[in-house]
Amino acid sequence: MTQLPPPSKVKLGLVIDLDTCVGCHACVVSCKGWNTENYGAPLSDQDPYGGDPSGTFLNRVHSYEVQPAEGTAKLIHFPKSCLHCDDAPCVTVCPTGASYKRAEDGIVLVNEDACIGCSLCAWACPYGARELDAAAGVMKKCTLCVDRIYNENLPEVDRVPACVRTCPSGARHFGDLGDDDSAVSQLVAERGGFDLMPEQGTKPVNKYLPPRPKDVEPEYDILAPYLAPVTDGPKGFVGWLDKALSALTGGAK
Amino acid sequence: MPKDQPVIDLSPKVSDEVRKTTCYMCACRCGINVHMKAQTDGKLKVAYIEGNRDHPVNKGVLCAKGSAGIMQHNAPSRLRAPLKRTGPRGSGEFEEISWDEALTLATSWLQPIRETAPEKLAFFTGRDQSQSFTSFWAQGFGTPNYAAHGGFCSVNMAAAGIYTMGGAFWEFGQPDWDHTKLFMLFGVAEDHDSNPIKMGIGKIKERGARMIGVNPIRTGYNAVADDWVGITPGTDGLFILALVHLLIKAGKIDLHYLAHYTNASCLVNEDPKSPQNGLLLRDEDGNPQVIDRRTGKLARWDGEGVDPDLAATYRHKGITHRPVFHLMADRYLSNDYAPEKVEDRCGIPAKRIRAIAADLARVAFDEAITLDRAWTDFRGREHTQMIGRPVSFHAMRGISAHSNGFQTCRALHTLQILLGSVETPGGMRFKPPYPKPATAHPKPHCKVTPGQPLNGPHLGYPHGPEDLCLDANGNPARIDKAFSWENPMSAHGLMHMVISNAHAGDPYKIDTLFMYMANMSWNSSMNTGGVMQMLTDTDESGDYVIPHIIYSDAYSSEMVAYADLILPDTTYLERHDCISLLDRPICEADAVADAIRWPVVEPDRNVRGFQSVLCDLGARLHIPGFVNDDGSQKYDDYADYITNHIRRPGIGPLAGWRMGANGLQGGRGAANGGQIDSYIKNGGFWVEHIPADCAYYKPFSRNYQDWAVKMGFYDSPQPYIFQLYVEPLRRFQLAAEGEGSIQPPDHLRGRIIATMDPLPIWYPPFTDGHVDPVEYPIHALTQRPMAMYHSWGSQNAWLRQIHGHNPLYVPTKIWAANGFAEGDWARVTSAHGSITVPVAHQASLNENTVWTWNAIGKRKGAWALDTDAPEATKGFLLNHLIHELLPAKGDGMRWANSDPITGQAAWFDLRVKIERSAAPDESQPVLPPLASPVGKGPDELTWKVGK
Amino acid sequence: MHPSPSVIIFTTFSGLGFGLLFWLGLGLPTPTGWAAFVFFAIAYLAAVGGLLASTFHLGRPERAIKAFSQWQTSWLSREGIAAVATLLIMAAYGAGLVFGGTRISPLGWLGSLGALATVITTSMIYTQMKTVPRWRHWSTPALFLSLSLGGGALLAGQTRFAIPLIVLAGILQVTNWLVGDGLFARSGTTMNTATGLGNMGRVRAFEPPHTGTNFLLKEFVHVVGRKHAQQLRVIGLMLGYIIPVILLLLPFSHWWALLAVVSHIAGILAVRWLFFAQAEHVVGLYYGKR
Repeated sequence: MTQLPPPSKVKLGLVIDLDTCVGCHACVVSCKGWNTENYGAPLSDQDPYGGDPSGTFLNRVHSYEVQPAEGTAKLIHFPKSCLHCDDAPCVTVCPTGASYKRAEDGIVLVNEDACIGCSLCAWACPYGARELDAAAGVMKKCTLCVDRIYNENLPEVDRVPACVRTCPSGARHFGDLGDDDSAVSQLVAERGGFDLMPEQGTKPVNKYLPPRPKDVEPEYDILAPYLAPVTDGPKGFVGWLDKALSALTGGAK
Repeated sequence: MPKDQPVIDLSPKVSDEVRKTTCYMCACRCGINVHMKAQTDGKLKVAYIEGNRDHPVNKGVLCAKGSAGIMQHNAPSRLRAPLKRTGPRGSGEFEEISWDEALTLATSWLQPIRETAPEKLAFFTGRDQSQSFTSFWAQGFGTPNYAAHGGFCSVNMAAAGIYTMGGAFWEFGQPDWDHTKLFMLFGVAEDHDSNPIKMGIGKIKERGARMIGVNPIRTGYNAVADDWVGITPGTDGLFILALVHLLIKAGKIDLHYLAHYTNASCLVNEDPKSPQNGLLLRDEDGNPQVIDRRTGKLARWDGEGVDPDLAATYRHKGITHRPVFHLMADRYLSNDYAPEKVEDRCGIPAKRIRAIAADLARVAFDEAITLDRAWTDFRGREHTQMIGRPVSFHAMRGISAHSNGFQTCRALHTLQILLGSVETPGGMRFKPPYPKPATAHPKPHCKVTPGQPLNGPHLGYPHGPEDLCLDANGNPARIDKAFSWENPMSAHGLMHMVISNAHAGDPYKIDTLFMYMANMSWNSSMNTGGVMQMLTDTDESGDYVIPHIIYSDAYSSEMVAYADLILPDTTYLERHDCISLLDRPICEADAVADAIRWPVVEPDRNVRGFQSVLCDLGARLHIPGFVNDDGSQKYDDYADYITNHIRRPGIGPLAGWRMGANGLQGGRGAANGGQIDSYIKNGGFWVEHIPADCAYYKPFSRNYQDWAVKMGFYDSPQPYIFQLYVEPLRRFQLAAEGEGSIQPPDHLRGRIIATMDPLPIWYPPFTDGHVDPVEYPIHALTQRPMAMYHSWGSQNAWLRQIHGHNPLYVPTKIWAANGFAEGDWARVTSAHGSITVPVAHQASLNENTVWTWNAIGKRKGAWALDTDAPEATKGFLLNHLIHELLPAKGDGMRWANSDPITGQAAWFDLRVKIERSAAPDESQPVLPPLASPVGKGPDELTWKVGK
Repeated sequence: MHPSPSVIIFTTFSGLGFGLLFWLGLGLPTPTGWAAFVFFAIAYLAAVGGLLASTFHLGRPERAIKAFSQWQTSWLSREGIAAVATLLIMAAYGAGLVFGGTRISPLGWLGSLGALATVITTSMIYTQMKTVPRWRHWSTPALFLSLSLGGGALLAGQTRFAIPLIVLAGILQVTNWLVGDGLFARSGTTMNTATGLGNMGRVRAFEPPHTGTNFLLKEFVHVVGRKHAQQLRVIGLMLGYIIPVILLLLPFSHWWALLAVVSHIAGILAVRWLFFAQAEHVVGLYYGKR
């Protein structure tokens, strides 16, 4: 099982828009809520009301400050979960076959019944996408809500990962990145979507859309025509006003 | 599929039942689907919460708080039964008592007060979403001392919006997200209207529209803004008026809009000797007058077919009257507002200010949009199109919470109006029942008659000195001194002053302080330590200075320890509520809507919804409206009230599914016993769309006015024009100049004249005049994290992992000057106090500003957390540095640290100094732990409801 | 990486145990009877003890049997198979020596081969990790192998092999350290590639996703002070390599030999602690940590 299947035609994944993510953590908690209740063992929390609370989360939002050589520093919110890599190193290292990549859609999953909790898959993942659940002793990771996206008990519109459904700013997109014509593939093409750590050779399916340029000075002259004074002083202003009002059609019949 | 690939269930059952109600994890009021799963005993348990796709507010999305509701609903900090204090106040020692004992005790305190001196009850509610109900109760009780928390939140924005144009943002209005091309966001705004703004930002990003963020701090929404303007706190008004200066000077203003839909064309008496000086010229019926361009003669502002003139003046009996717009030109064309004059103060280069003004002008006028929708204005003019200026704005607490906040908010509204971008396509749009001008709101009432109700609603909008709440001697009638000369337009009351005034007996002593969902002994007060002292202080006979304190909360918050009697509330999934048109409904710009909460699960503890308790208590106290003619209890519980209460003929708390002549209808109608069931069937809300021909220009549109009357927002059409010139402000100024019989105390005259200008002005935050800006050169701010709402989030097992403690973020300049390194601590000192806290570096921050997340810091022992919780050891509050009064400056007075017009707490005026400190064991100050009345939470959570 | 005691003990002792089995398999020495029993007991204690210790690292040790299934791709699976096969073969071989007093040479050679395979597969678990650039170098398996054989020879009393092998291991150890120190930088994985934001400017981690800790930080982010690490390296080099070689070069004494073994084990525990503690996982970049 830990052999990767032949590359699937369908590659389901997420496209995350770093230009739009406001860092609200909605996706983080929605994911926690759905996945503690559904696929596999609950996502446990240790010392939840104590001095050192920690728990299993399948999706976390980082933030980075970027200081350009000139100009103001930028702040980027950066959600991160499993990227469902084509060459998933977490799968091939697994000694038990618990980690696998689905042949039909490329989703990387853990068969918790077979997992011995050796953590080697988490060691092999460069992205920190896998967390060993301290209570269940098995590896947890993003399932791309495999129990939602095909779920016939859900209305069709809701057959998307919980994080995508809940994202208030629409910064998360779900679809088939194996299909060049899909909306997500188009988005990646238009916006220059990129891979995380491409040099690791994991060939992630999930893509990130870069932040658009910020604090760009306008191309037009800011003084004219928009801010050219209509007159020199207050007196002249009333004169202008009279003329301007006369010229108004009134916007009415 | 490879043969050894596991077979998994791709279609597991999601839940046994979905119950739709309204979220209460913050004040955003989103619709939620609560997925329930049946337990082996058949009982349904909450398994998962998601957004409701049909809901007008959130359309399916849900924030981190909302999704974490399941942890709030099951929190170990939930109170379990009524509590009676056994230890000293502040210890947290209680005994559980029965509801009957609790209500008998409360009645024994309240009944004598009501019969002799109702003002001795101060009833203030915090995060209350039932203000039309709680105020009705308080009015019936007869005390003038009622308000909610608006006074320390955003009353400057709300009041400035109502007085200027009949509404502001959030529940009042929103940008036209579908059409706007340039969106400008001022100040901290993440904590209000949170999901709709995120959705709106997503929408404009998708359309490629632009966004400018004006905020000292570049996080959250400002991080995704195309342009970030890292303004110096407290100078937003000056920056806005510089934009106004540039736009007027360049003629980039919508003259037709100004002439027709604002009082820019109304004539002002300019005779300094006239008692009417500065007031609008009116006809005998009191109608403001304009010059009609068709005739050149005076006409009523709203006369049929009148074409108001912005330019013409009028001379009568030797007195010159000029239109408001002349006064505006005089003021804002002054070079005092030139970008070069304001750039240093605002911390924004003049070139940048010009670029933004040019951008506003370009988008508003070169990229104007038109909708082919015919409409008729209130003067009977027919229009074939709706012309949009697709520039929109939003602001909330950031620019509000300053001592110049009211005028700053006024300036922002004025800027929008000058561009013609209010209630036009692409601009800012009102949400029903707004627009609603100040004149359509009640005035404040304060007349107390023992044993009788108050003479009218507590809160409202004064129009002149005669509307103030003063006693016969001119002293404040209210315990919070709202509507007094110190803050005449305090439309939301001053909750933050109640405890200190009650403690000082100024203006008088009270007997019982009754509060709901207000964490006054912690993050909801300035001067937190001082408030704890006041709540526990005793007089010479050893009695508490504030004799009785009743508090209702669902959780073991810090405030619980300071009360004598606790009335435990339910969680939001266990209660009835109505998010009512009489209060702060869930409407959208295109639709009127309201919503309910209902018990999707029954409480498993001995707790009751606070509003239901008030129904019971109201009957025990024989409060009119809460008893039947035979003296029996009128409303069994809050649900009964929601269904059957009639506020005005045909108008009740909920507008959906009322009983009309021909069956059920929205808006007006008689009570309908099945109303709540209808709401439940419809997903917990009711919505009705505004006809397309009056979805814009609402205040001026005949059809909208007729529709609003039909829906019951008011009883007759009342079109109005925007008040660029706010005459009520001028009336207070006139009094301060000596006109009229109701006169302010002398020490306040100068300030009233200086600040209550009828046209927007900017003045430096008061702190700057009381605190040495050289010694305290740094501005200190707070904002609420999007994933946590106030202290109520800290008990949440999921959310507290995200925000378990808070550093003080320090800009590069101050970071380097102090030689800070990662992991360092700093001592932060204001004129009032000092704290020692962890620091962190942030480059994307105004160079003279530090900030932290609000209300992460917790008192040890509160919220069922361990005493070593990071919230209590590393977390901290800035509140310790802020006092409700400004430091003395030698004039013998202690001036309030608040806006002089509305009394809004000036949280964001705070100035501090900072120095590197050795790392203490814990954030300072450290307060002794409270005894937890609910014990502690479990050591591990493996949360799964289904099998 | 978190220097977890179970993994340090596992790699140190199983390396020694399989190293000893390697020599025993070759008939160097060829004890019989009680002497053979003692040799094999020591070897099995170390090898099996180490393997058992490694199961403490597992979340679900009761399912450890499943780990033998994925030999086609997983080094850990291969290691398990190699280890068990070696132990079984050497059990038969040992039984011959202990009870039969005879050496079944082909079985011994096969066992030695198995021991070699076990040590190589163990080392490959670490070497394969692209995410931990310090480990991903030929010197890692070379070091593991030379240490196992050198330590095994030391236990087996094969001084003439032990001395050159431990010296070789020492050289490889120093190489592994010195080269390893630069491998993260050479891997090309940086905060810029991690975030894809490098073209905008200098990237710095701002707020972490959670103020508290999590599995990733506990497992992968371990900060060792530079000075502390240098001291430990010196101690490890002295105890693990230099002192044992000096002791072996002295005229033979059982006490010197025992001391050499103890010193070697202590030293290897120290360098193995460093092997993990100094190994930086690329995921730390997302947290602004290494």
